[in-house]
Amino acid sequence: MSATSPSRNRPAPVPVPESEPEPDREHTPTGAFRTVEWRRSPPAWHRVAEIAIKVTALTAIVAIALIFVFIALESLPLFTSKLVHQEVTFAKMWLRQAWDGPGWAWQPTSGVPKFSILPLLIGSLKITVVSVAVGAPLGILAAIFTSQIAPRWLREILKPTIELLAGIPSVVIGVFALLVMATWFQRAFGFEHRLNALVAGCALSLTIIPLVFTLAEDALSSVPKSFADASLALGATRMYTIVNVIVPAALPGIAAGVVLGFGRAIGETMIVVMASGNAALVNWSLGTSTRTITATIAQEMAEVVHGSPHYVVLFVLGATLLLFAFATNLVAQRIVDRFRRKRGGT
Amino acid sequence: MNRKIRDTALVVATALAALVVVAMLAVILLDVVRSGASAISWTFLTQPPSGGMQSGGVGPAIFGTAALTILMTVAVVPVGVVTAIWLTEYAAPDSRLARYVRLAVSNLAGVPSIVFGLFGLGFFVQTLGRGVDKVAFGGVVTYGKPGLIWAALTLAILTMPVVIVATEEALRAVPRDLRDASLALGATKFQTTFYVVVPQAMGGILTSAILAVSRGAGEVAPILFTGAAYFLAELPTHLNDQFMNLGYHVYVLATQSPDVDKTRPQLYGTVLVLLLLTFLLNLLAVVIRVRARRASSIARA
Repeated sequence: MSATSPSRNRPAPVPVPESEPEPDREHTPTGAFRTVEWRRSPPAWHRVAEIAIKVTALTAIVAIALIFVFIALESLPLFTSKLVHQEVTFAKMWLRQAWDGPGWAWQPTSGVPKFSILPLLIGSLKITVVSVAVGAPLGILAAIFTSQIAPRWLREILKPTIELLAGIPSVVIGVFALLVMATWFQRAFGFEHRLNALVAGCALSLTIIPLVFTLAEDALSSVPKSFADASLALGATRMYTIVNVIVPAALPGIAAGVVLGFGRAIGETMIVVMASGNAALVNWSLGTSTRTITATIAQEMAEVVHGSPHYVVLFVLGATLLLFAFATNLVAQRIVDRFRRKRGGT
Repeated sequence: MNRKIRDTALVVATALAALVVVAMLAVILLDVVRSGASAISWTFLTQPPSGGMQSGGVGPAIFGTAALTILMTVAVVPVGVVTAIWLTEYAAPDSRLARYVRLAVSNLAGVPSIVFGLFGLGFFVQTLGRGVDKVAFGGVVTYGKPGLIWAALTLAILTMPVVIVATEEALRAVPRDLRDASLALGATKFQTTFYVVVPQAMGGILTSAILAVSRGAGEVAPILFTGAAYFLAELPTHLNDQFMNLGYHVYVLATQSPDVDKTRPQLYGTVLVLLLLTFLLNLLAVVIRVRARRASSIARA
């Protein structure tokens, strides 16, 4: 960390031959060499700083490892603790519950606590699928327009503008969904619940559009120009070339973007907390109030007792999210890697 | 003829998509500015909320957000920049360690923000905080509770990938010739890196810090359980104090108000302040980046 300061305190000691004493240059043949040599060896702390740099670089590894370890540690009592087993087990989170109400219920604070993950999982999937279904096509098409069709001046405006969407905090999109979009949707579709999976999904698509757009745009722009040239030289039109040559060549990058968008959407919290209605229902309707895994953690964590079964289950939900995120990241990475190898081979 | 129709359809469809995306951005911004501008006043920016959050202002929330992001920046920028320096300047391209670091960074970027909140609670508050209490305060709960420092450190980990990736990009943009020239003059690797490469990339490194601040200032999920408070009469003065935060305040006003219509001006005012903060920072970063790109392309030509 201390390594960055010297650049400010000291002028760059790049050897300057002119300032060196000149006399022996004429007489000794090795003088010319000596003028560009370091008179003093570099200070010892440089070596120390270099080691410090390497150690600091490990922070990211330590951080991700700590995250995995701690989420796992706090979830572990679900499998080991007798206290937790009085209320919930891993099997009970999935199996049909024996009571008068719906077979799968999330009612963690009722007299007999019920921790079914199913309504939350279905809720998360519903909203995520809507957001990807809306966001991915928009992001990809906008990327095709920006990188292939738009004139240069327009591209230079469009790209940063669409990327600015990523800079809007998710609570702001949440407020917009809650107060404005929900009203529009209510007027248009007349859903039973004002806040529902469709509103939340569409609002959520605003966060994945810039992600898909950026990655798709990168992939499209990095298709070698020779591909397009060859197609055009064979007499294909510009549009034919885009659809049949450039987009297929960029497909892995685009697919990776969509997969990452999916991962981002399932982990998004504030928008769904505000716009989805948060009722834990088991159905596939887009027009009903929906509760997601993320929203459940956000709303319940603050009120639970440390170490209680509810606390443990919320960490298990967090672990599920973490695994989802890890898996999507892995899949996206795979797609890109395989593609790179393939193109490297041809 | 048929082909011509198809070609036109493609242009229209893609242009429409781009238009829709830009239009959505514009609609959100217009809505916030139109509804929020009237709420902004000196009182609003400096006073605490009052009257059941229906009047007063967001002064403490602005202060809390500033304190949080400053602490976060102090923690994340040195670590992120140094990591990026190691990755671009020191690590061999095929180094296994570098591959692991990159893998960690990309996974860190994919961790859902609410999971950072859980991690902050489980690690910083419950483990580190309680540990500090046991060792230094004889078990009296001092740091073993949600507070400014833990929220800032949680956000620091969350924004680390932003800083690393943006700084790496900036360092990569420094022409190889400069490094070669410096090394050829006899400078060591360390001297080349810190007296030649890093100063050249300063603009990009600044951008990375700005992006991190803008990201951190807008995040709510990670601070829900690590230190943000619903309402506080006094400003935080210690690292272990709880704090108010603009994003969290927006969430509270939007979802926990007994009368939405009456809090609406307050809500939109807060949204506007938050948006101005994060958005202007983002815009600044984009401008710096576009300029740097243009400058470097000129330099190359």
